[in-house]
Amino acid sequence: MQNEKPSHLKELVETREFELNMGPQHPATHGVYRAILTLDGERIQKLNSVVGYLHRGIEKWAEYRTWQQATPIFDRLDYLSAVINCHGYVGAVEKLLQVEIPKKAEYMRVICDELQRIASHLLWFGTHALDIGAMSVLFYGVREREAIIDLFEAHFGQRLLYNAYPIGGVRLDFPKGWIQACRKFLNTFNSRIDEYEALLTENRIWKQRTIGVGVISKEDAIAYGLSGPTLRGSGVYFDVRKSIPYSAYPDFDFEIPLGKNGDVYDRYLCRIREMRQSVRIINQALDGMPEGELKGKVPKIIRSPQGEVYFTVEGSKGQLGFYIVSDGKDKPFRVHIKSPSFINLQGLDVMSKNQLIADMVAIIGSIDIVLGEVDR
Amino acid sequence: MIVKRPVLKWWERLYLPVVEDGLLTTFRHLFKKKVTVQYPEERWVPPEGFRGAPVLLTGLDGREKCTSCKLCMFICPPQAIRIVAGETEHPIEKYPQEFYIDYGLCIFCGYCQEVCPCEAIWLKHEFELADFDRTNLIFGKDKLLQMGRQEPYLKGKEKPLKKG
Ligand code: SF4
Ligand code: SF4
Repeated sequence: MQNEKPSHLKELVETREFELNMGPQHPATHGVYRAILTLDGERIQKLNSVVGYLHRGIEKWAEYRTWQQATPIFDRLDYLSAVINCHGYVGAVEKLLQVEIPKKAEYMRVICDELQRIASHLLWFGTHALDIGAMSVLFYGVREREAIIDLFEAHFGQRLLYNAYPIGGVRLDFPKGWIQACRKFLNTFNSRIDEYEALLTENRIWKQRTIGVGVISKEDAIAYGLSGPTLRGSGVYFDVRKSIPYSAYPDFDFEIPLGKNGDVYDRYLCRIREMRQSVRIINQALDGMPEGELKGKVPKIIRSPQGEVYFTVEGSKGQLGFYIVSDGKDKPFRVHIKSPSFINLQGLDVMSKNQLIADMVAIIGSIDIVLGEVDR
Repeated sequence: MIVKRPVLKWWERLYLPVVEDGLLTTFRHLFKKKVTVQYPEERWVPPEGFRGAPVLLTGLDGREKCTSCKLCMFICPPQAIRIVAGETEHPIEKYPQEFYIDYGLCIFCGYCQEVCPCEAIWLKHEFELADFDRTNLIFGKDKLLQMGRQEPYLKGKEKPLKKG
């Protein structure tokens, strides 16, 4: 091991482990997250995560709201992919009520979900690169994201927290000219990613900072329950869209990018490829969009049957699950959120073992946590 | 699909081409159209259906449309609305004596507009609500009605917006 002392020094020099606080206010932790690092020289021996600075009691809050009223709060979990969060909750309630959702609504949901996934990955792309030291990428990433946000603004009426779907379907049809605008964006998007990739993917500096850094093996990744691109970077084929299909995803033809080595570079490649696959899905959905109703039959005042459901969607960070218990009233009895960022954060200890402190920033960036979702 | 890692040629392993690539991309962007908006000078026009500040609307007869049914108060997720109901001589007997919306709490979800049976509350395209004091963000009935009257999109329209 690199950090073992030469034998002739052992008696002369005494070394001790050193504890270092990273955070709670560190620009690279993407929120208020604190890591207590135990260091041996410059290498990290152990990492203790301290979370909870952004705890807002969302799960409890939802228990005091009616089914419909509770929808907008889940946008605030992972505020960078509000649409997908909303889909998760709404989908769980629909499963509980056993509502049939019209095909058109499902297609529209898939389109918006995938756009949101691209938007979230773009912001990750920018900030991750910024953490490692490639500054200009952030501007390009945010510029593309802006185009998506403009699309969402025209459709949902908001820019960040959309309150996207009502229970039972979608609120309004796409406004006039929206589909053309969306297609225009998609047509340019692939070439734009090529351009950004030219900045990073084959960049020698980038490769040196990311290859072989923050490795997590297949077995560890599964054992820690990681999901999303963080898991797929280690080469495990698991994507909720394919493995537990929901909404209209079985209708579309797309691939799941997998990594092999489970390092930062693999996770980076996975996310970039995922954006291209999302473009594929949206194009198919726009082509095959059926006509029909926008909303299934849902009563104005929802009284759910007794029971419990679990519904998962593939969020931009991983598998996002909603476990809902209902006691037959107009409010949920319990809403539990399986948030991907929180669980992915567990893997950080394994990934950062024996890594340099300077690489810590790259590793945190590569698991793409959003603290709103970690702390709930 | 296992993603392929690019293999670098020998000239790519030098630092120079990397730096050159980066500079070239940046340089190309210098001559492209700007995407930013110079905000306070250049105004940004929200699209139709944008959800900004909820305001109260006035009917064609000059009275407020609200009949103080309190549906919006019950649906509002952060409980930003407070209404005190009153009675009048007018054929529609009820009216809101007091009507407060706390913009500090409002999340612009649009539920109030969705549930209102009289189309009396509407989310205006107004987004510049910041203030230095939280208490200034609680808007009373007069102010809300006044904001509703200023609404240029509503001139002569009885029904402002399609609903979800
Ligand atoms: S927009 Fe939503 S949060 Fe704001 S007042 Fe209406 S219901 Fe309440
Ligand atoms: S729902 Fe409409 S009519 Fe009823 S109290 Fe609210 S604004 Fe007034």
